[in-house]
Amino acid sequence: MAKIHITTSINGEATEFLCEPHETLLDVLRNDLQMTGTKEGCGSGDCGACSVTVDGRLTCACLVLGVEAAGREIGTIEGIGSSDKLSIIQEKFLEHAALQCGICTPGLVVSAQALIEQNPNPTEAEARYFLAGNLCRCTGYDKIIRAVLDAAATMRGAA
Amino acid sequence: MAVVAYNAPQSVQEAVALLSGSAIKTKVMAGGTDLIIQSKSQTIEPLQIVDLKRIAEMMGYTLTDAGLSLGPSMCCAEFTALQDVKALYPGLVEAAYLIGSTQVQGRASIGGNLCNSSPAADTIPALIAVGAQCVIASAAGERRVAVEDFVTGVGRNCMQPGELLQRILVARPDPGTRDAYLRFIPRTEMDIAVAGAGVSVTLDHQGLCSAARVALGAVAPTAILVAAAAAALIGTSIDETAVAKAAAAASAAASPISDRRGTSEFRRHIVGVLVKRATLIAKERALASL
Repeated sequence: MAKIHITTSINGEATEFLCEPHETLLDVLRNDLQMTGTKEGCGSGDCGACSVTVDGRLTCACLVLGVEAAGREIGTIEGIGSSDKLSIIQEKFLEHAALQCGICTPGLVVSAQALIEQNPNPTEAEARYFLAGNLCRCTGYDKIIRAVLDAAATMRGAA
Repeated sequence: MAVVAYNAPQSVQEAVALLSGSAIKTKVMAGGTDLIIQSKSQTIEPLQIVDLKRIAEMMGYTLTDAGLSLGPSMCCAEFTALQDVKALYPGLVEAAYLIGSTQVQGRASIGGNLCNSSPAADTIPALIAVGAQCVIASAAGERRVAVEDFVTGVGRNCMQPGELLQRILVARPDPGTRDAYLRFIPRTEMDIAVAGAGVSVTLDHQGLCSAARVALGAVAPTAILVAAAAAALIGTSIDETAVAKAAAAASAAASPISDRRGTSEFRRHIVGVLVKRATLIAKERALASL
């Protein structure tokens, strides 16, 4: 089958790839672009491990076809922080021990960033509802929520 | 199904041409939250996808004196943030807000929820309650179908090959008319309705109910409009007796199945409770809008 040539932007960088029509954005990111920060959990939009943004809107990369990325602005975990300098959210996840196995963490960081951009001062309930699509089987969520609320407070202070 | 072709038309005309002129099975994709999962199923039947998200009119909305004209592919996250729409159709916005996670709402659309035609779809009873109409386009022109007549069975609807859901129209509610939607799930969110109820009521200046629509979800093969429940409200001040009668009429009209989400008896009972509560919320909103 002829592959389709896609031109897109990932974390602000012009990117091109070839993909088949059935491949999801998650397949493309992980298998074709070697951007393995985005994790595959369920592959059916239930777990949030593959959370990314498409034109600034939070979604699951497993629910987006790779071909749909054409002309869009894709945001992934690789665009948040760097090995030298973590983002505030990432720092707070470490500080609060908000991760154990770590598989859900990239998705949670992407989602938490989307939450704080949309609502810089979320209540605990608002944070819990917004992040309800990010499943974590290790932590019981409490430390994650504390990390996110602390990050939001820090980012408000820094702004 | 195996996705072998992908098209992203720029116009409704182009989309309709793709739908009517294809030799292989063709499905439209709005948000894709159902379709992409379905396309990963084990069968190898070739599938062509026609993505609607590049068609500006499918993604937008207008709100005029006539009412709401909604592009069916607008994602729920965008729809639920429309404050002007929420002020007039709070129940419809509530229903859209209940679909899936933040991530799913970033893709899933009301048109997709309608065309997927699940008995448990949250927006379908809410659309029926506000009297929404579907505008369906095809090469032959367009036709209109009330939402209560759109879904014909579990996962089935009245759309014919070559047809496309182009708009969803909802008349502008007068002051005194407002809606509400409630569903029951065993958790606090991210679940599929065990039962749902959409209610719209119209109150006159004396506080008497002059019109009502009561629609139920997840208690029959399709969402149903229950005229007997509305009749129990009309002419009353929506007092305790009237609301109890409407709830009883709703329970009587339900024909639910038993499954792991709930027994038939439980669904029949709870749908009455939901009608009662949704009616009282709609009443408060209607009074506030006078």
